[in-house]
Amino acid sequence: MDQHEGLKKTPFYPMHLKYGGKVVDFGGWALSVQFSGILDEHQTVRDQIGLFDVSHMGEATIKGPQALSYLQHMVSRDLTPMKVNQVFYTHLLYPSGGVVDDLMVTKLRDNDYYLVINASNAEKDVAWLKEHAGGYQVEVKDISAATGEVALQGPYAQATLQKLTRADLGALGYYHVIPAAEVAGIRVMISRTGYTGEDGFEIMCSPEDGPALWEALMEAGDDFGIKPIGLGARDSLRFEAGMPLYGQELDAETSPLEARLARFVSLDKPEFIGRAGLMERQQRGLAKVLVGLEMVDRGIARHGHPLLQGGNEIGYVTSGMYSPTLGRNIAMGYVPPSLSAIGTEIQVGIRGKALRAKVVKMPFYRRPKK
Amino acid sequence: MAYPADYKYTKSHEYIKVEGNMGIVGLTNYAQDQLGDIVFVELPEVGGEVKQGEPFGVVESVKAVSDCYSPVGGKVVAVNDKLNDEPGTINADPHGAGWIMKVEIADKGEFANLMDVAAYQKHAEEEAKAGHH
Repeated sequence: MDQHEGLKKTPFYPMHLKYGGKVVDFGGWALSVQFSGILDEHQTVRDQIGLFDVSHMGEATIKGPQALSYLQHMVSRDLTPMKVNQVFYTHLLYPSGGVVDDLMVTKLRDNDYYLVINASNAEKDVAWLKEHAGGYQVEVKDISAATGEVALQGPYAQATLQKLTRADLGALGYYHVIPAAEVAGIRVMISRTGYTGEDGFEIMCSPEDGPALWEALMEAGDDFGIKPIGLGARDSLRFEAGMPLYGQELDAETSPLEARLARFVSLDKPEFIGRAGLMERQQRGLAKVLVGLEMVDRGIARHGHPLLQGGNEIGYVTSGMYSPTLGRNIAMGYVPPSLSAIGTEIQVGIRGKALRAKVVKMPFYRRPKK
Repeated sequence: MAYPADYKYTKSHEYIKVEGNMGIVGLTNYAQDQLGDIVFVELPEVGGEVKQGEPFGVVESVKAVSDCYSPVGGKVVAVNDKLNDEPGTINADPHGAGWIMKVEIADKGEFANLMDVAAYQKHAEEEAKAGHH
């Protein structure tokens, strides 16, 4: 009997069952929220190494003689400085400056790009990309179904992966890829990226090779205490590292400027969808900015809780939880710029009570330099 | 983990251990397992009144916020303050050191709405099978 009937399965679904994952319906995907426990998994990635199934992420390719000029129109960041095998984090924007999605763009060759997009936005993104492709000599292809993806994250990620490949990982810089490598005899693309705040890799493979790749990585990481990691720790890890999550820190109304991601936006690029909206927001002055918060009173601020001052609602919490690494209750949220200075005291409305919190520096966690 | 035979249980996965007029209330092993690592507990106030089937406190795991429903009505006579600093005690020992509150039971007639261990075990197994996670 199919325990998770009606849900989409990744190529690693058998691994979720084999390794005792607590499988849930995550936006229509059968994925594990946890394996050994969120706190344990979180700490394992910070101190050792963890393996994540991230195959639900969407992938698309953009190819054709005008691929670069098309993408320059589509994303908010100037891609002309990109070198082959480099990865850029950027955004697809609505004309208003609100975010369609945040994504990773890899340049494989001139006019040949590889996009990784959010699972929950994949269909919307591909439709948006195709809708605007008319007039460009470019082919937009959704290759999500043909791609398995794992993330190998933590201080021992390189030591683990190097056991299985002749590719020189020491020479692979952060936000760069090796487009065609062999890992345990399996053809993959290796990207030195992640969503945890740790060093690590994201590895793309053919779906049919997924389980063999997973088992090879688990075996190679055994000496370093590797564990499978679920969605719960994926969220707590990215949250501590101050990385935005679409639907929480980013959405159709919020631009990268409010989310303090201006360093990824090239307003000096002459034209892209959303540029006028961003300029207007900047000229008018931002209505809200993202801040880090730490609870002063006992309580945990959660997504959607109101932020208050003097009894008035002045903003909202986008993400909040107990930080396993810091041992404190922290959050991210939007407040007016006038209340965004470090140390500002505000309150969080939690179950009818106004509990004190203060604005603190983000990210909450930065990995120790080697 | 075995469920104590002498406790009574709710459908919402709380237990009560009855000692004379007093009841010790906590979350069952099934509840803590479903929640995962508990990182915060909001305890009721000592001296406050609780009602059967109504929320008396909140437990939060890394991901989820969950109300706790009182198995009986009565007056809260003690709370497990240790949970403020060590909420994970509920995970480690739900039926013992992880207790949440002690209640002076107002009406033992309310026990009719609770389950014995056999009925509760069946209930928890059915929920697990139905995929309530």
